[in-house]
Amino acid sequence: MAAAAAPAGERASLTRSSISGGRRARNALATVLIYGAVAFALVPLGFVLYYVVSKGLGVIDGGFLTDEIPAQVRRATGGIGPAIGGTLLITGFATLLAVPLGILAAVYLHEYGGSNPVAAAVRFLSNVMAGVPSIVMGLFIFTIFVVRRGDKGFSGLAGGLALACLMLPIVIRATEAMLLLVPNELREAAYALGTSKSRTIVTVVLPAALPGITSGALLAVARAAGETAPLLFTIGAARQYNWTLGGPNSALSTQIFSNAQTGFPAAIDRAWGAALTLIVLVLLLSTVARIVAARFTVR
Amino acid sequence: MTIPSAGSPATGSRLVRQGPRRADDAFRLLSLIAGLTVLVVLVLITWSTTREALPAFRAEGLGFLTSGRWAPNEGAFGAFGAWSFVFGTFFVSFIALVFAVPASIGIALFITELAPGGVRRVTTFVMDLLAAVPSVVFGLWGVSVLAIQAPGFYEAIGSPLSAIPGLGGAFSEPYNGKSFLTAGFILALLIIPIITSITRDVFETTPRGQKEAALALGATRWEMIRGAVFPHSRAGVIGAVLLGLGRAMGETIAAALVIGAGSQTGLQLFASGDALASRIANEFGEASGTWRSALIGLGVVLFAMTILINLAATAVVSRAGRKVS
Repeated sequence: MAAAAAPAGERASLTRSSISGGRRARNALATVLIYGAVAFALVPLGFVLYYVVSKGLGVIDGGFLTDEIPAQVRRATGGIGPAIGGTLLITGFATLLAVPLGILAAVYLHEYGGSNPVAAAVRFLSNVMAGVPSIVMGLFIFTIFVVRRGDKGFSGLAGGLALACLMLPIVIRATEAMLLLVPNELREAAYALGTSKSRTIVTVVLPAALPGITSGALLAVARAAGETAPLLFTIGAARQYNWTLGGPNSALSTQIFSNAQTGFPAAIDRAWGAALTLIVLVLLLSTVARIVAARFTVR
Repeated sequence: MTIPSAGSPATGSRLVRQGPRRADDAFRLLSLIAGLTVLVVLVLITWSTTREALPAFRAEGLGFLTSGRWAPNEGAFGAFGAWSFVFGTFFVSFIALVFAVPASIGIALFITELAPGGVRRVTTFVMDLLAAVPSVVFGLWGVSVLAIQAPGFYEAIGSPLSAIPGLGGAFSEPYNGKSFLTAGFILALLIIPIITSITRDVFETTPRGQKEAALALGATRWEMIRGAVFPHSRAGVIGAVLLGLGRAMGETIAAALVIGAGSQTGLQLFASGDALASRIANEFGEASGTWRSALIGLGVVLFAMTILINLAATAVVSRAGRKVS
């Protein structure tokens, strides 16, 4: 700040009344560039959403959402029903694994560990885990689970495990941030009534943080539902409905990817339809998360 | 702060408390185990992927990193050199940063310094929307719309620029729709929300007094940003950029669709190339034996690279955080 003011020196007091043309121009240029930056992000986003909605609506009809996936991708028949089922099943299973585990881990970090070395290490490793590319999670489950079953391990179970690995650090981080917001007075009041620590956590602390935890968990679910890379090498490929965790399955994201790769017009159309379905699903989850979070902050 | 000690169980009630205390210990242990799964998973990731990649590492030695020759069907075992994909990963991530960093800083400044309340909320919402769109959808748009219309545009801007001595090589032929530039642009859209949200948080911590002092001295808004906001936020922004870089390197699907699957190692923006993650995604389905092992090896290299970048980012951000507090 001092550096910016210094060059103006003594003359500054004389010219202060009117800002020089050069400074005014630089300020205007900066403002234009800032607006340009906003436009740079908004214009492509607008294009993407426009294409998804217009192309997607052109494809989606009653049968598209429920029919089985066609064997011949180049023909405009069939639908994505099994992929919707697969996405719900696999994401649901991953949620059941990652959310309780993540909440418990965050409870350790904030309620028990605090700043002791073990908690510090776990917190650090959780940050490291959050940075692991999602494709590596897919390779990990492939090498440790799928391969060991002689390639018969391709299943919703394997896909769910990979997504759970992806969600775990997100849930931990979100939950710990929410536990941080629970006022200490609540804990102290519970202790004063003679409540044990575990009971305090389960009946006082977690319920107080529940809206925030729910919103964080839903955002993790939304992120997982849209992920493709962890599923590519874990769920295999299926064209029929598979409501079990065993055996090959399909998902919306992998359907979009494989259809987009083929380049056939009918396949691309089906990909747009699947994309619209997936975005609606993800936005639904994110919106619920935001509403829950908003209610929490108002309180 | 004397309340907890006052509230801690009195010695007299110890007998009554045996039961709950045992439950307490069990719950503590359970939560500790949950916390340690993070460690277990990370160790397992390292061990399991490295073990499966060993055949390829053994066959190629250091050449796995330094050789640019990737020919799965050559000879009895194929030749596997990852260099062109390592190069591609850095090149495409660099392009993404060139787009994303100025854009993110601009958007963060717009939200923190320019936009009135209502517009600010809308912009934040739109950024959340951008973050919520799955990357495969951006990939679909990239491959079926952008990559098809791009070649003409690329040639129009590329051919005059390629005449520049020294720099021209970057803009020379071929002009492919699926190219480093297309992939870098799509990746930029994916990392803008991340860099923006951290940068915005950092900008917001600029002390109000410093900003007002700058304005009171007669600074224009831009001079205030340069003199007060930027110096205060430098470390945080660098951390945000590194986190964005880590994400860009690991981002698979969008790049896999639009990068073009070449093995280019020249700094040519419009040429088709490949990155580590996209090569794995595109070839894994058909690979077996040493080939598959080599693809898992690419994953190990990517894992190591992103961890290093993320550690650097964490270090920078935590140092910045200490400075702020």
